[in-house]
Amino acid sequence: MIVDHDVIVLGAGLAGMRAALEAARNGVNVAVVSKVHPVRSHSGAAQGGINAALAPGDSWEIHAFDTIKGSDYLADQDAVEIMTREAPQDIIELEHMGVIFYRDEEGKLGTRAFGGASKARTYFVGDITGQALLYTLYDQLLKAGVKVYEECFATALYMAGGECRGVTAIDMLSGELNLIRAKAVIIASGGAGRLYEPSTNALICTGDGIALAYRAGAPLMDMEMVQYHPTTLKGSGFLMTEAARGEGAYLLNKDGERFMQRYAPKMMELASRDVVSRAETIEIAEGRGIDGNVLLDLRHLGRDVILTKLPQIHEIALDFLGIDMITDPVPVRPGMHYMMGGIRTDVHGATSIPGLYAAGECACVSVHGGNRLGANSLLDTLVFGRRSGRAAAEYVRRTSPTATGEDFLAAEQRRIADLMARPYAGETHARLRLELGTLMDAKVGVYRNEEGLMEALTGVHELKRRYGLVAVGDKGRIYNQALTFVLELGYLLDCAEAVIHGALTRKESRGAQARTDFPQRNDAEWLKHILITHNDGGPPRIDFQPVTITKWQPQERTY
Amino acid sequence: MKWTIEVGRYDRTAGDGRGEVRSYPPPYENAPQRRYQTFEVDLPDHAMVLDALIAIREYQDESLVVRCACRSAICGSCGMWINGAARLACITKLREVARDGKVTVEAPPSMPVVRDLVWDMTPFWQKNRAVLPWLENKEPVPQGEEYRVPNAAMENLIQEVSCISCGVCVMDCESFAVNPDFLGPAALAKAYRYVADPRDAKTHERLGRYSQPNGVWDCTHCYECVAKCPKGVAPMEQILKIRKLAVEAGYRNNSGTRHAVAFAESVAHSGRLNELTLMPKSFGLFNIRAQLQSLPAAFNMLRAGKLPPLLHPKVPHVERIKAIFKKVGGMFSS
Repeated sequence: MIVDHDVIVLGAGLAGMRAALEAARNGVNVAVVSKVHPVRSHSGAAQGGINAALAPGDSWEIHAFDTIKGSDYLADQDAVEIMTREAPQDIIELEHMGVIFYRDEEGKLGTRAFGGASKARTYFVGDITGQALLYTLYDQLLKAGVKVYEECFATALYMAGGECRGVTAIDMLSGELNLIRAKAVIIASGGAGRLYEPSTNALICTGDGIALAYRAGAPLMDMEMVQYHPTTLKGSGFLMTEAARGEGAYLLNKDGERFMQRYAPKMMELASRDVVSRAETIEIAEGRGIDGNVLLDLRHLGRDVILTKLPQIHEIALDFLGIDMITDPVPVRPGMHYMMGGIRTDVHGATSIPGLYAAGECACVSVHGGNRLGANSLLDTLVFGRRSGRAAAEYVRRTSPTATGEDFLAAEQRRIADLMARPYAGETHARLRLELGTLMDAKVGVYRNEEGLMEALTGVHELKRRYGLVAVGDKGRIYNQALTFVLELGYLLDCAEAVIHGALTRKESRGAQARTDFPQRNDAEWLKHILITHNDGGPPRIDFQPVTITKWQPQERTY
Repeated sequence: MKWTIEVGRYDRTAGDGRGEVRSYPPPYENAPQRRYQTFEVDLPDHAMVLDALIAIREYQDESLVVRCACRSAICGSCGMWINGAARLACITKLREVARDGKVTVEAPPSMPVVRDLVWDMTPFWQKNRAVLPWLENKEPVPQGEEYRVPNAAMENLIQEVSCISCGVCVMDCESFAVNPDFLGPAALAKAYRYVADPRDAKTHERLGRYSQPNGVWDCTHCYECVAKCPKGVAPMEQILKIRKLAVEAGYRNNSGTRHAVAFAESVAHSGRLNELTLMPKSFGLFNIRAQLQSLPAAFNMLRAGKLPPLLHPKVPHVERIKAIFKKVGGMFSS
């Protein structure tokens, strides 16, 4: 089947739905394609909140500076300026859409403190902010009557004459591979958290859109910048929101010491995430951890604060560790959480491929640089989702539709059929994915060095070779998850290669990239973005792009 | 620890009836038959049912199909029947539900099955859409700033906003079981979320819409949704809140309101329920068609010796009951 739209949005999290809504408002025929129902998207797992300089005494300049400092000066300052300037209007718009934000005594929007921020500027709904936003946007999508292709798994971007003109996607319920043609495609398919084991990310975060854009020739930027969140639950790796520390929780080592005083005496537990994650890693490595973890202590916050402002993490700790944070501290460790890097875009979401846009975690504008501040990711999705929706709508007005694609669809159908027919040769997607995740966590984690990264690169090459032998262990037609898992593993392997190449290239320590063999930040040589472009049959091409500096000259970064 | 997981397998394209015949409780006698397959998994004591299903899918049988994403009761994907009751697999501990180390999982018989544990949620989303779940902004929309509303009004909605659309409440809803058109607990909890939002301009219209047939009055108060919701949304309580607001707003010309009024009037009058007058009053005294339709049921009751007494005496000291009504107040106090 072939269907046509003006714009299609790949992914239905916050960035995707916001982009679709904006495109619809601009009068174009837009459809959303998502491998899960929109409300299942991983944006729903964002707990803590969304940043904006809206309160008296705060300003976009202070927000921008916090963000740039947080990024270790790798963020592009023009992009950060746009995001922080436009943040207040987006928060207000969300409120008008119906988000039930927390209020102060006067009934105005109220804030909480968050890491790396010099003002309390995080707007929130309990500890289910992402969920509250996700559902509100879904409700707005229903109101606007936007078409959603739910449970449709993208297998390739349809390129014609160097322009992106649609996607092929498997409709899970029928098992059919369809071509959804468009004049422009916005990729908003999220990050690639499953590249790591463990990770706070959902099982669906497999870098699909990043890999599809990469294969189509769009450069990826700053892929080495992988954020480890300081507080993920022991064992399962589930997220314990930064809002816990925002509300005043302590981090303790095995001696009961608030160790952050030795690493970030001013900001303590609320220093940037990369700083806190490194501190925890050192504490654990030097024997002051407990069984590979440190402790997140909320007891002094009291029952009321925990149950009214942090009910979800209270439940998760209880469900998965049997620990009641009202009475006991919770063991946590740094865990992979977010990708600052992604498909390079300009401030309108445009990639280097005409007709291809990207927004949200899969994109790299770059507003997060080397390290994203907590509660800036939701903001990123909304600001740049909106901007890419508008830009794509404008683009399609200047473009005429493509009436072809039958051959492309047929070739893609053959590719999938061949994959399905591949005989079992001892390799499974699950085993390879676990090996990949474990390798990435061990060698491309909080601390990195040349030797480990080379091992990781060799490892990934070997995994890629074995990937060619993986068979699809389900021959069924409808809802064939084994097939999509195999395809996802392919996406992850492409992302892994880009992450490792980025980390090997950047011979300095900046933000989330902490090289033990190059422990200093080196602005003279490395105040620049690393671009990775797919190269069929060979190692990827590596290019550089200067960081845009407007008002804020790089300084030493202390918290 | 070793666990035995019995999975109800099914494939819509392959048809049903492939396995042993197991009867589902009424009214699901005709739900498609599953093929039950047993797997052994080795997982720690605190493992969840979903952990077991993922372990099977990854290392024993890649054709086992189950929706899941977050694994921590946020995405709402893994609602299913576990040992014959609706639950979310990711937060159901094996040890809590296992009987002699064995757990049975399957798609709920109340829902159309797609494959294995994946059921078709299309009707669920249609009902969500049917309650018009979006804010209709109260005018004037404040320019460049937020609506000023008390925090308590926002906190009041957190319970409903916590809904993750897992469908667990609908799966075991007694009313939905006999009337698939019932909007159901999840959609009506969502309905309350917008009814009670002080920024919404269409409260009155909403209350009218939700009072129609298949709406709030079709709930039979079985409490299944309250007991089974994994997020504490308590949908039935939201349904009751809508009813109260709808009656207060004047939406009384429906069998649900009449039933409640007839119920209260009878008790206020005699201290007991007059079942002979309850049904006619609920249908509306002049609704001859509905009255005739209820005759077979009345006849069956007569045959079973369940017909209420024709005489309806008051209980002793009925004035004390009247005093209770007076003290409680509201529309029945006079």
